Amino acid sequence: MTQDAAMLSMLRGNCTIGFAISEYDLWVMLAGVLAAAACSIVGCFLVLRRMSLLGDAISHAILPGLAAAFLISHTREIVPMLIGAASAGVLAALLSGAMARYARVEESASLGVSFTTLFALGVVLIAFIPAGIDLDPSCVLYGSIEHVPLDTVVLFGVEIPRYIRTIAIVLIVNVVIVALLWKELKVVSFDAAFAASIGFGTAFVHTILVSAVAWTSVVCFEAVGSILVVAMLVAPGATAHLLTDRYPRMFVYSIILATSSAVIGYQLASALDTTAAGMMSVVAGVQFAIAALVAPKHGVFVKWMSRFLLSIRIRREDILASLYRELESQGAGTISLSASNPNDYVAACSTGNRYSRGLLTRISRRALRREGLIEEQLAGQLRLTAAGAEVARQVIRSHRMWESFLKEEVGLGPDHLHDPSHVMEHYITPQMRARLQSAYADRPDPHGKPVPPA
Amino acid sequence: MNEFIRLVLLQDPNTRVVLAGAGLLGVCAGVLGVFVVLRRRALVGDAIAHAALPGIGASFLIFGERNVVALLAGAFVFGLLGVLCIAAIQMWTRVKEDAALGIVLSSFFGLGLVLSRIAQSTPGGNKAGLDGYIFGKAASMVQSDVLVIALVAVTTLVVVAFFFKELRLVCFDRSFAASIGRPVGMIDFVLLALVCVCVIAGLPAVGVVLTAALLIIPAAGARFWTDRLGYLVFIAGLFGAGAACIGVAMSAALPIPAGSRGWPTGAMIVLAAAAIFMVSMLLAPQRGVLAAVARRVAFKRKMSLEHVLRAAYEVTEDRKPGGFSWSINEIVRHIDGQAGLQRIINRAVRAGLVKKYIHGTRAGQYTLTDDGAIEATRLVRAHRLWEHFLIRHADIAPDHVHRGADELEHILPTEMIRAIELELGSTLPPAPPSPHQVVQGVRLEGNP
Repeated sequence: MTQDAAMLSMLRGNCTIGFAISEYDLWVMLAGVLAAAACSIVGCFLVLRRMSLLGDAISHAILPGLAAAFLISHTREIVPMLIGAASAGVLAALLSGAMARYARVEESASLGVSFTTLFALGVVLIAFIPAGIDLDPSCVLYGSIEHVPLDTVVLFGVEIPRYIRTIAIVLIVNVVIVALLWKELKVVSFDAAFAASIGFGTAFVHTILVSAVAWTSVVCFEAVGSILVVAMLVAPGATAHLLTDRYPRMFVYSIILATSSAVIGYQLASALDTTAAGMMSVVAGVQFAIAALVAPKHGVFVKWMSRFLLSIRIRREDILASLYRELESQGAGTISLSASNPNDYVAACSTGNRYSRGLLTRISRRALRREGLIEEQLAGQLRLTAAGAEVARQVIRSHRMWESFLKEEVGLGPDHLHDPSHVMEHYITPQMRARLQSAYADRPDPHGKPVPPA
Repeated sequence: MNEFIRLVLLQDPNTRVVLAGAGLLGVCAGVLGVFVVLRRRALVGDAIAHAALPGIGASFLIFGERNVVALLAGAFVFGLLGVLCIAAIQMWTRVKEDAALGIVLSSFFGLGLVLSRIAQSTPGGNKAGLDGYIFGKAASMVQSDVLVIALVAVTTLVVVAFFFKELRLVCFDRSFAASIGRPVGMIDFVLLALVCVCVIAGLPAVGVVLTAALLIIPAAGARFWTDRLGYLVFIAGLFGAGAACIGVAMSAALPIPAGSRGWPTGAMIVLAAAAIFMVSMLLAPQRGVLAAVARRVAFKRKMSLEHVLRAAYEVTEDRKPGGFSWSINEIVRHIDGQAGLQRIINRAVRAGLVKKYIHGTRAGQYTLTDDGAIEATRLVRAHRLWEHFLIRHADIAPDHVHRGADELEHILPTEMIRAIELELGSTLPPAPPSPHQVVQGVRLEGNP
């Protein structure tokens, strides 16, 4: 281990090419990037099919396969390791599927039972491997991305790390599979029942997907550990799902997110001198958190913000409408004066009881005042300006025409008309208003109040 | 061997301590696991265990020394934070539970690794100490650890007993519980907090990955034995304790092979739990796999026997007395696709429903015995009544009703047959005429 560390620091120090990035860093980062990309491609489907935890289960369950492969072959060659790990991974998937199906164990419980049992089996088996061999439970959890550049192989006359070659093959295979089964995967991911009903091989697609998860996590865990495999399988796909509603874009986004989290994570890890795999999964989690908060359409803040803005608009319209009603009751007639003669209908209105308190109201009142729709006087008196009356009239007009509509078409009783209309008045579009006014503009509303002119 | 005797007699004080600690942990996890599994949140324990790791790293960085209380408090805070994050993601975004679990689990665990690596590089950072939380070191449990676990176990059991009715409501009918005004959110939170405490108490013993197993496996195994929540909780607690004790005993007693690092206790506990689960899954009387297979086989045998009896009735239906014998070939023509016909007929002979002629002109032929005839009449009756019912009420054409009736005749309860009889009204012969053409029989123009 100390030898390794010495070698690593030597590599870091001596292989600097150009600016701050050494060749060593480049290889490690490339390994992370390729692993992240390979995982995220498959992961999109896991997220869409709500099978994300299959990746978690498989990447833990491969431990006994690795241990058994080592105990049988006595080498850490990649081929026996891959065979052992892949068979254990597929075994875990099959086992949990069979338990859920035949023994009626609840699905997440069956997944939990099978992968923890296999992991425990792996821990026990590994205890039989002589100390000093670099195969222990922690290598499954953390991986050893820092060791990637040490084991090289010559490909096309260039010396590249052996692991880069392996992971590149997996990435290519995954891309080819997704390209070939693009349509099939799409149908099965979005509507499995429909896919089955038109005679699609859902079971076949499912098997391919499970196998892809198995070999991807098997190859990736060696460098990045099972935890980062889970992070890369789930997080980029879920983040991309928050950013877009389009299927092809989701893939592109998830690959971009995955690779960037690998690069950023590695840089941060080198800066803090800590584990690269851990930092990469933290970055993937942070990316998700940011998207969950501020994604353009599905972000939490964005949703809250648009809800808040809507509440403000509603409150503004309510204030204007209540002033208008007050004015109407004082003037006892239609407010139909022209804007050129504002003083005639800008009356003082009491707002003391209804619209004086609360954050929403204060924000709304300030906005109304700034836009010149109301004027505020001493003692909390509000005055409707000409422009304000214009807006209020449209709201009242919508309200009263909607009341007529509800009475005529829906047949609601007179005392049930106000509340739904009070909600609806804020949502009536100009097109709807045009359709309503052809029938209801020229007569009073069900309570006998006149519908103000447009 | 000496070692084994010492273990059985509990002579080794260290083994006694580990046994007590693991056993209490098993009870506690098993009991809580029941509710977690019933709420379909089996993997939440896994997520909590992973999410707790940064708490350990952080409190190590802050307090420096390996202060057990601070470490566990940090783990608790982060575990709970992880659970709340999962709930928030589910509630406020379009991301589903599985992905929320995966993201929280992996990014929190990654943060834990980052922090503990930083902690290890600080002076006084002890790698083994922190790694112990990831893989667990049950064998190094000391008396104070057992006291903590005992406290957790007692608290858990008291809280579960106190809120038993509420927990049951929330597990089985959450929306009903909410509609009668139970604070379901609060109950869920209490449950998750308990799980959190239990997982964190288990971390030093069995580690991050395997603590989840202690929650899930005993509860899932106990589910095979009973449908009653009270028994379920009891059995799961028992299984948890049993698995823990067996695991500890095996790892202490089994001879350590040369070149091995010894039996890892945590993993042995999980394997013992898995063995109990396997036995339950296979052997449980009602929900076990073997019982289900046996029921299936028995039903298949009953079905094929009844098909033969009905065929025997139908091929001889139009014959005069004295001509009621039949050969296998006639039956074969009547019901095609019935494998192993000879075996089934032999079974009917042994059951005294069918008689085989040995001598005389009809040697090699068969006939129904009196018992067989009664049974066959009953079956034909059920079959045809159901066919008539389908024609009348389900508007199915006469030539399509046979298959449906074929499957149902074996399970039609007597009350239902009686009801159809009443419904069809007229006085029917012991077996009413078939509504469609019967192979080898007369065509009966049947519209009762």
